[in-house]
Amino acid sequence: MEQYTMNLTLKVWRQKNSAERGSFETYPVKNISSEMSFLEMIDVLNEELIRDGKDPIAFDHDCREGICGMCSMYINGRPHGPWEKNTVCQLHMRAYKDGDTIVIEPWRANAFPVIKDLMVDRSSFDRIIQAGGYISVNTGSPVDANAIPVEKNMADAAFAAAACIGCGACVAACKNSSAMLFLSAKVTHLALLPQGHPERQTRAMNMVAQMDKEGFGACTNTGACEAVCPKGISIENIARLNREYMMAGLASDK
Amino acid sequence: MKWSEQFTSSVGKKWVMALTGLFLIIFLVVHAGINACIWANDGGEMFNKAAHFMGSTVLIRIAEIGLFLGIFLHILQGYMLEIQNRSKRKQGYAVPMGNKGSKWYSRSMALLGTILLMFFILHWWHFWVPARFIGHEELTELEINGVQMHNMYNLMQFTFQELWVVIVYVFACFSLCWHLIHGFQSAFRTVGVSNSKYVSLIQNVGIGYSVIISLAFAMMPVSMYLGWV
Repeated sequence: MEQYTMNLTLKVWRQKNSAERGSFETYPVKNISSEMSFLEMIDVLNEELIRDGKDPIAFDHDCREGICGMCSMYINGRPHGPWEKNTVCQLHMRAYKDGDTIVIEPWRANAFPVIKDLMVDRSSFDRIIQAGGYISVNTGSPVDANAIPVEKNMADAAFAAAACIGCGACVAACKNSSAMLFLSAKVTHLALLPQGHPERQTRAMNMVAQMDKEGFGACTNTGACEAVCPKGISIENIARLNREYMMAGLASDK
Repeated sequence: MKWSEQFTSSVGKKWVMALTGLFLIIFLVVHAGINACIWANDGGEMFNKAAHFMGSTVLIRIAEIGLFLGIFLHILQGYMLEIQNRSKRKQGYAVPMGNKGSKWYSRSMALLGTILLMFFILHWWHFWVPARFIGHEELTELEINGVQMHNMYNLMQFTFQELWVVIVYVFACFSLCWHLIHGFQSAFRTVGVSNSKYVSLIQNVGIGYSVIISLAFAMMPVSMYLGWV
């Protein structure tokens, strides 16, 4: 595709800190190349803001290659913008044309409080992982490779679930602010592997309990999470989690 | 994990919705099956016999208590979930996501359920309350093979002479259809069906079930209003 430049109007959520109320600010941006990434476009705007002595827009970003899950922006009514299976850093300005207006909001969920502008606090996800998203391994000499047989199909399914980057787009898209796609990906990727099997039941119970404590909603299977997931995590994982959780509860001792 | 924890967690509440929902799905088959007897073309004899059997058999009367418990649990839990889920996002989005990724009826289960609840109140008032408690001048008695029974068929024919009643019933059947199209497959997902081959089967069966059941119910008042039976 031919490279082109465009002038855009951005409506960006500005909020000084988690305590203060925020509001939208409108910024015109000029001469944006179609080959820039969305974040580079914000960089251009921020440089202008800094030059004018204004506060630049705070936003999360890290790898800028679509694997860290930091760039949490809700763009024109869709987490991570209009492209499928995509992160904001991998969204390129060729998705837009001259004269477009783009509304940029942070993830909205009580469990993801805004730190500043477009940055949200996703440590609730970390605490869910800490509640059981791991396997306990005794240290010692390394075991032989392939000592534990893993069926290829299971390994593939576990790997597909492990592709979750914990970006929180599922929560941002869900009408219930449910973290079930994230949680189910984490539970599935360990439940399908023999290494994850011993702690399978306590993992499901503890992670769900932590998710509820963090203030996420309940899943109603609308499918919005799956549609926006940058890594294409399947909603089937949620069904698996529902099964894991109930079986764990029924089989638990107390 | 205690029982109380298990069924009050976010996943547990969904299990309650799914199990009561599946129970109501089975009930609808029975309800539609009994009512379909109006089309037997025998002046309502088969329907009245079937209705009398349902009303006079002890086991079915006990099951009726379970049915009401199931309906009210489904309604209460549904409203609780809706209120709690809505409270999880105090600050909403300026640009709503709309249909980008989910269907309107999947997001509107509480609204569709509320329409159904309002319909049920009317529906109980039309048939269940007269048959069980207060009677109705059009609910005459008749005798079939020496057994005394209500002429429910007559009450149905009387009720469905009013056009607005027929329109309300057909509208409720539309709501039921959309509620079921989401609810059928969602219930199976919630109780843990994740295997791809079952998921696609359930989706297709769910759509078929929802359309057939809703269409069958909708055709009953229409048939009576148009004088087909």
